[in-house]
Amino acid sequence: MDEAIIQVEALVKVFAGKREVRALDGLSLAIPPGGVYGLLGPNGAGKTTLIRVLATLLPPDGGSARVAGLDVRHHPAEVRARIGLAGQSAAVDEVLTGQENVEMVGRLYGLSRAQAHRRATEVLARIRLVDAADRQVRTYSGGMRRRLDLAASLVGRPQVLFLDEPTAGLDPASRHDLWALIGELVDTGTTVLLTTQYLEEADRLADRIAVIDHGRLIGDGTPDQLKDRVGGAVLELNVPDDDRARALWALRATGAEDPADDRHHGKLVVPAPDGAATLAEALRRLDAAGVVPQDVTLRKPTLDDVFLALTGHRATTPNGNGHDTHGGVDRRSPQQPERAIR
Amino acid sequence: MNATTTIPALHGSLARAISDLTVITRRNLLYTVRLPQVLVLSASMPVIFILMFTYVFGGAIQGALPPAAAGTYVNWLLPGLLAQFALFGGSATAAGLAEDLAKGAVDRFRSLPMASSAVLAGRTLSDLVRSAGTMALLLAVGLAIGFRPQTDLLGLLAAVAVGLAFGWAWSWVMALVSLVVRSAEAVQAATYLVVFPLAFTSSVFVPTQTMPGWLQSFAANQPVTVAAGALRGLVLGQGALPPGRTVAGQVVLALLWAAAIIAVFAPLAVRRYRRALS
Repeated sequence: MDEAIIQVEALVKVFAGKREVRALDGLSLAIPPGGVYGLLGPNGAGKTTLIRVLATLLPPDGGSARVAGLDVRHHPAEVRARIGLAGQSAAVDEVLTGQENVEMVGRLYGLSRAQAHRRATEVLARIRLVDAADRQVRTYSGGMRRRLDLAASLVGRPQVLFLDEPTAGLDPASRHDLWALIGELVDTGTTVLLTTQYLEEADRLADRIAVIDHGRLIGDGTPDQLKDRVGGAVLELNVPDDDRARALWALRATGAEDPADDRHHGKLVVPAPDGAATLAEALRRLDAAGVVPQDVTLRKPTLDDVFLALTGHRATTPNGNGHDTHGGVDRRSPQQPERAIR
Repeated sequence: MNATTTIPALHGSLARAISDLTVITRRNLLYTVRLPQVLVLSASMPVIFILMFTYVFGGAIQGALPPAAAGTYVNWLLPGLLAQFALFGGSATAAGLAEDLAKGAVDRFRSLPMASSAVLAGRTLSDLVRSAGTMALLLAVGLAIGFRPQTDLLGLLAAVAVGLAFGWAWSWVMALVSLVVRSAEAVQAATYLVVFPLAFTSSVFVPTQTMPGWLQSFAANQPVTVAAGALRGLVLGQGALPPGRTVAGQVVLALLWAAAIIAVFAPLAVRRYRRALS
């Protein structure tokens, strides 16, 4: 894809430490201009590291990354003039008003005082913070801070906007607010690269999603393609340990995929594209095989299910999700060969 | 919409660097001005120091003072405190920078097409302005409780200028400390570790002649003593200095210290800042 606005090739970033972490481990991506591109993955997958490399905050250790045609390592200043960044913590100044915050960032993009003022007023209107524009940020709610951070990242009219977990820690109402705002950005021609741990968020906002884990791309596609991998719904069954093998056999070809054995949670997971019909079919087959499930749940798919479908392992471990997904989890269960949806 | 139309290609130019520096300095100073509790608390420390030392220790130390202090401890103390609070003011740089690192403000600045020198320079400059405020406060309280310069106004202004240059130099040391240490609590401990021993083994509070020999040779020559000596000479005259030292000599030495510190630590801090922070 020649006209990709973000081109990442075999990108490597290693953090030295007690245990060396390969945060990016040969990641390649080509992101077309316009629209929202979602980076989906658990904590520690390398999403934030990728954003930091693309935003010129971290030099890569190997491979290359180009933003708007410019190499991040060789032309960082030119890249910075074309990007906006809203990080995980809303980096806004507490004692400045909303207007002052956005104006300051505008000034640092090189706008004159008058331009910065005009542009800040514009952006604050778009982000629906006009009423609070003259209040100090310390009086803002968490959702307002995120919106302000977003406004600040827009003031320089970036070609590419990086949003690192823009809704993490927000209440549902603020989250929906922010989703609506991000959706509107697409109309302006800005390319948005968004990281998230939530399939729902990626589904809601992104035109295309890359799933990454352990610093590698493990699958990408449109939200529909991804969801087709796991089905519109997911069926979870608990069966007695002695019956597991028989149950797995009985459930073959019930759903969109063969059942996965999630041993950490002691569950069998079946992608259930037809929802209740798949459920009924699964129960019939188990009954025929003489297996009585202890518990059955039909629910919407999550990031975990996408992971399970793509890699055969969960994104999270039972004793916490956190950064130790790099160890402790068996990468692939023997029954579940690696698949890719590329 | 063509995204490249509104951003003038100014980066790299001096005008742009100065504009960025002004923006950052102003932003930092607003944190002082708009948080009255912080302003009051940070202003109370120099006031407490000058009152406490004058009234608690002043009587005991008075006898050991050179005649140039005109028999008044506060005359001796005040130029020393100006030097000490210049040092403290420089140390504020570490805390401010550590906070900006922790909050993600530095990430934001580093992702902007701004002059990369402006964040550190703006930080040290805003701390310099704060130090000037602290010195004005010290002088006002000092004058109210009996401090009288023994030279002239020019000497007093020169003393303040030398003190500020000295404090600005320390800002760069502290900027580097902050960039290396990172965590706000550790940064605070690190600054105390540097600042308090330096201040108390200097001539700020007492003449170094009463210290034991091994300490005296360090105390008489360390940078805070040199700075305090320069300020004292400028405010009290030649007689306030140990035998064999001249006012001009001490001033030159203090400025050399400042220049040397900046020459070493400013490039180190800037390099550390530019190198990616993980």
